[in-house]
Amino acid sequence: MSLLKDAEGPGGGDAARPGDPHYNFAYLDEQTKRMIRRCLLKAIAVPGYQVPFGGREMPLAYGWGTGGMQVTAAVIGPEDVFKVIDQGADDTTNAVSIRRFFQRVTGVETTEKTGDATIIQTRHRIPETPLKADQIIVYQVPQPEPLRKLEPREGETRKLHAYSEYGLMQVRLYEDISQFGHIATTYSYPVMVNGRYITSPTPIPKFDNPKMDRMPALQLFGAGRERRIYAIPPYTSVKSLDFDDHPFEVQRWDKPCGLCGATDSYLDEVITDDKGGKMFVCSDTHYCEMRRAAGHAGPAYETAKAIDLVHDDEGADR
Amino acid sequence: MTYQAPQEDLYAVPGGEASPLLIARNVTKYYGAMPGCLDVGFDIWPGEILGIVGESGSGKSTLLGCLSGRFVPTSGEILFDRADGGGLTDIVNLPEPARRRLMRTAWGLVHQNPRDGLRMGISAGGNIGERLMAAGERSYGRVRGAAEDWMDRVEINRSRIDDRPSVFSGGMQQRLQIARVMVSEPRLVFMDEPTGGLDVSVQARLLDLLRVLVRDTGVAAVVVTHDLAVARHLTDRLMVMKGGRVVEAGLTDQVLDDPQHPYTQILTSAVLMA
Repeated sequence: MSLLKDAEGPGGGDAARPGDPHYNFAYLDEQTKRMIRRCLLKAIAVPGYQVPFGGREMPLAYGWGTGGMQVTAAVIGPEDVFKVIDQGADDTTNAVSIRRFFQRVTGVETTEKTGDATIIQTRHRIPETPLKADQIIVYQVPQPEPLRKLEPREGETRKLHAYSEYGLMQVRLYEDISQFGHIATTYSYPVMVNGRYITSPTPIPKFDNPKMDRMPALQLFGAGRERRIYAIPPYTSVKSLDFDDHPFEVQRWDKPCGLCGATDSYLDEVITDDKGGKMFVCSDTHYCEMRRAAGHAGPAYETAKAIDLVHDDEGADR
Repeated sequence: MTYQAPQEDLYAVPGGEASPLLIARNVTKYYGAMPGCLDVGFDIWPGEILGIVGESGSGKSTLLGCLSGRFVPTSGEILFDRADGGGLTDIVNLPEPARRRLMRTAWGLVHQNPRDGLRMGISAGGNIGERLMAAGERSYGRVRGAAEDWMDRVEINRSRIDDRPSVFSGGMQQRLQIARVMVSEPRLVFMDEPTGGLDVSVQARLLDLLRVLVRDTGVAAVVVTHDLAVARHLTDRLMVMKGGRVVEAGLTDQVLDDPQHPYTQILTSAVLMA
């Protein structure tokens, strides 16, 4: 879009472009997007390093994904196919509102299918379907500094990163083992990126940590309130910290997904009645529906139908 | 001022080096136009404890800050034998990462207030283990073992290993702080009023403990105190500071029993002898 066209009015006066013409493409102005792209380039060049950026106000409260949205706005183009998940689900409030927002300000095609998306913005999960090299996953980050709970001084944490003084993080794991007998951290499990920077994987469950290691897709992280951007380029090593005698482990469940019978996915607990009944279902709704459409069935499908958790016609188009 | 280094046979520790551990020359620190410490010089040998006494405002803490790399002296040099084959290193001009590495391996710093030296939100075991893990220890069992060992050595019950220091008494906190510093087997420890704010009986136990630790480990120490009893019991040599300058120095007993400088005479006579 040329500057001349920009001058014609909001949205560049590009009548042919889908999306709300009252907004610039992807909501942010071109200068802001350029600033964020520069930060992204730096972040990709130094994997795991937190790059400060001039965070803008978004039409959404801090804590609802403003950082991820700004990163998405900076990288999205008219040809992209956009997917948003919140705790693995495509149909929760946060996911729906962010998806609708970008649909309106960019007019891009949106999808719930992991494989079809070119940009996936996520809160707290990585999809079960392995990501591919032509995809970008954008994480919403509440607290980019993995050392913050241990060292409240910003100046000091920057030094700790700069000088690779990471004993403190090991202390956190030590505290877990001494209190619980095992490393009880289940989310925001600290990772070492490219053998250099300890990085917060955002509050994804540690179940997803192994997926970050040498992932073919580009991983971008945006923290709106804290105004930090960091990135993990494709095929970069991401190692979860641990002790030699207490190695890193992911969560396991005794039961398969109640809906689709999957045993390899991250499961959420769902209360089914007020008599202590419960079931476990895939947190990644698209993965679950895909499996059901492919004919897989879990042991608690009828229970789920009784409480309106699923309907028979769902997943038919997948 | 430069002082005679003690004779080797008196202060030699097993396997000890035959050269000073730390050499300070003409260390001067100004806060703007105000002098903090002026023209201080001395040597510390392996296994030796140097006491610095003086009234408040005499520049003791400033000197300690300069020595331990927390303040940058206005002029003068401080050389430390890093024992890694590098020989004597000028720590004033050492790059910050290297200085910090030195601080958490070869050095220890015991604060007057244990809250400054401990992580209050982390268990006693975690506090002791931090330096080991910072040095790359990745075995939980070994960290735990070292923590238990040091709980014993500083006479804190092992059953308190998972308690936070915030529920410890003042004396226990101070002993924990010492364990946290000593676990990495530093060769030089800086102590700023280690017994400050503790009651007399706790002070006595702590002094006992420090003496045992120092003799056992052969660590050298610089102890800043305004308490002459602490100096008497703990230190080999003493420097008396006033107005930022060292006014008298020598063997502890010598300085305390036969003070030469008028200020030292006032200082020693002002103490109530038990």
